[in-house]
Amino acid sequence: MSRLASGGLVDRSRRLSFTFDGRRLSGHPGDTLASALLANGVRLVGRSFKYHRPRGIFSAGSEEPNALMEIGVGARRTPNTRATRVMLTEGLVARSQNAWPSPAFDLMAVNDLAAPLLGAGFYYKTFMWPKSFWERVYEPLIRRAAGLGRLAGQDDPDVYDQAFAHADLLVIGAGPAGLMAALEAGEAGARVILADEDFTLGGRLNAETAPLAGAAPHAWAAHTVARLSAMPNVTLMPRTTVFGAYDGGMYGAVQEVAGHLAAPPEGCPRETHWRIRAQAAVLCAGAIERPVAFPGNDRPGVMLASALRSYITRFGVAPGQRVAVFTNNDDGWRTAQAVEAAGLTLAALIDSREGVSPPTLSGRVITGAVVTDTAGRRGLTGLTLRAGSRTEQLAVDCLAVSGGWNPTLHLTAHLGGRPEWDPGLAAFVPSAAHVPGLRVAGAAAGVFTTAGALAGGQAAAAEALAELGRTAPGLPLPEAEDMPPRLTPLWAVPARGRAWVDLQNDVTTKDIATARDEAFGAPEHLKRYTTLGMATDQGKTGNVLALGVLGALTGRGPEEVGTTTFRPPYTPVTLAALAGRHARGAFQPVREAPSNALARARGAPMIEAGLWKRAAYFPQAGDTSWRDACDREVGFVREAVGVSDVSTLGKIEITGPDAAALLDRVYTGTFSTLAPGRVRYGVMLREDGFVFDDGTTACLGPGHYVMTTTTANAGPVLRHLEFCLQVLWPELDAVCASVTEGWAQFAVAGPKGRALLERVVAEDVSDAAFPFMACGSVSVAGVPGRLFRISFSGERAWEIAVPSGHGDALARLLAEEAEALGGGLYGMEALNVLRIEKGHVTGAELHGRTTAFDCGFAKMMSSKKDYIGRAGAARPGLNGPERAQLVGVKPVDPGAKLLAGAKFLNRGAEAVAAEEQGDLTSVCHSPVLGHMIGLGFVVNGRARRGEVIRMVDLLRGADIEVEICAPHFVDPEGERLRG
Amino acid sequence: MRIPCPLCGERDLREFTPWGDAALMHRPGFDAGPEAAHAYLHLRENPAGPHRELSYHELGCAAWLVVTRNTLTHEVMGAALAGEGAEGGA
Ligand SMILES: [Zn+2]
Repeated sequence: MSRLASGGLVDRSRRLSFTFDGRRLSGHPGDTLASALLANGVRLVGRSFKYHRPRGIFSAGSEEPNALMEIGVGARRTPNTRATRVMLTEGLVARSQNAWPSPAFDLMAVNDLAAPLLGAGFYYKTFMWPKSFWERVYEPLIRRAAGLGRLAGQDDPDVYDQAFAHADLLVIGAGPAGLMAALEAGEAGARVILADEDFTLGGRLNAETAPLAGAAPHAWAAHTVARLSAMPNVTLMPRTTVFGAYDGGMYGAVQEVAGHLAAPPEGCPRETHWRIRAQAAVLCAGAIERPVAFPGNDRPGVMLASALRSYITRFGVAPGQRVAVFTNNDDGWRTAQAVEAAGLTLAALIDSREGVSPPTLSGRVITGAVVTDTAGRRGLTGLTLRAGSRTEQLAVDCLAVSGGWNPTLHLTAHLGGRPEWDPGLAAFVPSAAHVPGLRVAGAAAGVFTTAGALAGGQAAAAEALAELGRTAPGLPLPEAEDMPPRLTPLWAVPARGRAWVDLQNDVTTKDIATARDEAFGAPEHLKRYTTLGMATDQGKTGNVLALGVLGALTGRGPEEVGTTTFRPPYTPVTLAALAGRHARGAFQPVREAPSNALARARGAPMIEAGLWKRAAYFPQAGDTSWRDACDREVGFVREAVGVSDVSTLGKIEITGPDAAALLDRVYTGTFSTLAPGRVRYGVMLREDGFVFDDGTTACLGPGHYVMTTTTANAGPVLRHLEFCLQVLWPELDAVCASVTEGWAQFAVAGPKGRALLERVVAEDVSDAAFPFMACGSVSVAGVPGRLFRISFSGERAWEIAVPSGHGDALARLLAEEAEALGGGLYGMEALNVLRIEKGHVTGAELHGRTTAFDCGFAKMMSSKKDYIGRAGAARPGLNGPERAQLVGVKPVDPGAKLLAGAKFLNRGAEAVAAEEQGDLTSVCHSPVLGHMIGLGFVVNGRARRGEVIRMVDLLRGADIEVEICAPHFVDPEGERLRG
Repeated sequence: MRIPCPLCGERDLREFTPWGDAALMHRPGFDAGPEAAHAYLHLRENPAGPHRELSYHELGCAAWLVVTRNTLTHEVMGAALAGEGAEGGA
């Protein structure tokens, strides 16, 4: 056991039991999984990504590159979780990953022996040819060998939420700077949100010992947190990572609401994705220590000096008993002092600088020295150091390394800002504000003293308060440590052997040299060639070190080398949190047609039309397939009467003195001549001359119209009409409103349709009183409704509408009456057959690349007025024999199958794109004709009726002869619908 | 990003449907000739800096707006109702 006898912010009076790779272990409340593992003497926690090298816990924060684990069991098992960020809870189950059968004995460690073959650019150099090997050999090989944790492979049982929060000041990070900023703004009465990824607020204050306000720094942190939590205007958000900065003062954050628990309480989300909108923000995210590259620096037992200090001070844990500290800066001295204060043996403080005077220590102090190698198979047992020409070996089980500190400035660069190199600090610091409203304070701004952080946090809050029109209280600052650490840069120790830079992706100094030699030495190239910084930790410990190493190789400073781009998220965010409640059945809204309850009761399968669910067909006992149902429904529409729900079509009411003028300008045809009580079919173009939408518009009275649109274009047409009214012609006095959901509308089609209507509608619906293309108000079983004599099926047909609350009742009434007349309900499949037989186009034909001319609408294009798309449609190349034009096609062999999406080719032509004559857009089996028919577009098709061409589909292996015909297969003269 | 709708106040970007250059406000008639039609359909300035563009408050008040946005920084510099005298064009 490595728990120190005393100290740490853990509750030693309580034990929490947990398992790691099946071993039963225990820790205390306040532990992270990492600190608990170290307290149990667990040093080897996993294997590296590429070489499967043994790895141990390297850090004490979210920068952890090594200790990735699978947490939880069953469907809740979460891979790639950083043990340094997991709050220990009772019963926690953790497993190592990327090792088989165990981290101590990993068969894939053979990769390490093959390391000379697996260097920089290995993927690019090795897995290149033959091409056919990619799918069969390389990809399965890479997938098995690489990859990190395993997905649970089961449906996630938890819910995730999305939420908005608003604040005057968002404080990101709750260390000394963040706490002071929140306190200053909180006392000023501002609405403050203080977010920190940790479950205990306080940041580095919980890991340090230098007195703050005359006491332990964690005590001041706890006291300040208590003060803040008593303020109603301050919201504390622990376990919340602000992962991205976005435009307009928007910040993305993810909160582990219950993510730290084995299972969330009933009804509680596991994680919440917050969008925090803040008038101002202060980034107080601290800094991340960087390592030094020296041979063998990846062995379990080598860790960041700040991490060692955290484990000793915050958790009361000794990661080793005989410790060496290797540093290039004064901050490493504090770690050496902490080691001795905890009663551990300091084997040596090894400072790379000459002529510095570390504090008095019991252990040896060696200046002007570097570590050149380490020893130990599965964990550190010793190191080799070199001082001048002398080398020496020391037995140690823990080596703390400090190469300096990198400000955690990621968020300042999310909107394109580039960090700047500060040679005095030997670190990148945030450049001038690139995120409007975001200030930076404390270590994130390159201020590495506690006093400086407190003052900086307060100053940033005061500036923000001034902008918000509030008075900063100017709270007294507590007395704090104020010694900026001095540093002499040291990136890589010149010595033989592999020295790691990126621990998670196994990138060494040699890989960087190789990349440079092979002309991939620019930072963005280096990253992609070596995979540096591309692992789940995004190079938080390795990236700046790599730039330093690269600079040293090329004789340039990091300021000349530059950095790669920082993008959100700062740490990995689960897709489930981003999706929130939009999962499974709630992935998108569902729109139910008014008759769907009836349709479902009749066993109708639903198909999706945009967000709508529509009945596909109505099966009956004895049907062998959907075709039986479809043929039956088509049959009774042609012979008796069918009823279909068409409520999903867009319905827009247009009223006002200039409503007709608007219609004239948006339709190719003329509508100002449409009399009240009449309906007209219209085609709308886009301004570029291509067809936008089609439908009917009915004139219900003077200056009162109701327009129908295709189901898919209900929204876009309304947007278009509003554009016309608000932007193009604001002088027109008309308004429009969507009433799609307001009306349930049913097609009643077939020769017995009138007989049905006479039983439902009070008014006279004879041909004389209600001829083809008439409309009017009617009373439907006592309910005020509307009747339109229009037909999509080609049969004598009506559409009858009632307020949608009556839709279900009307659907049942119509179905019952239709069945009494030998008909019934018909669905989308039959509707599609009916319209193809009549040559009516839908979205399959009006797909945005066809013109009115192509579709045979030329005679509907008025030459007497301007309308949207008139000039565009008149452009050369859109109106001639070179255009693919709407035609019908039928197979020469009546038994042959037509395939929608197939291409047309001339007989004898080679099946290449240049020979294409058009394509087949809609197909169906016509029960009337007894064979398949189709609609499509053929170059100069209208002049080629009777010609035999080929329908070719290379993917589906079809090449058959088809005859071009008119796109009206049934009743071309339209006698049925008028009669 | 937040857009200050003159009718609804400052609203989240996702309530709006962007519609491109405000030059679309100045529609030539069909008798203006093919060159004018071509320019209206296809020719756009691509400024690095303030840009005036149409936006439809589709999930709000259904107003068409002219939003001035800095293409370099995404800063939204203002929004006006397209129908009330807001000038189109870059
Ligand atoms: Zn609005």
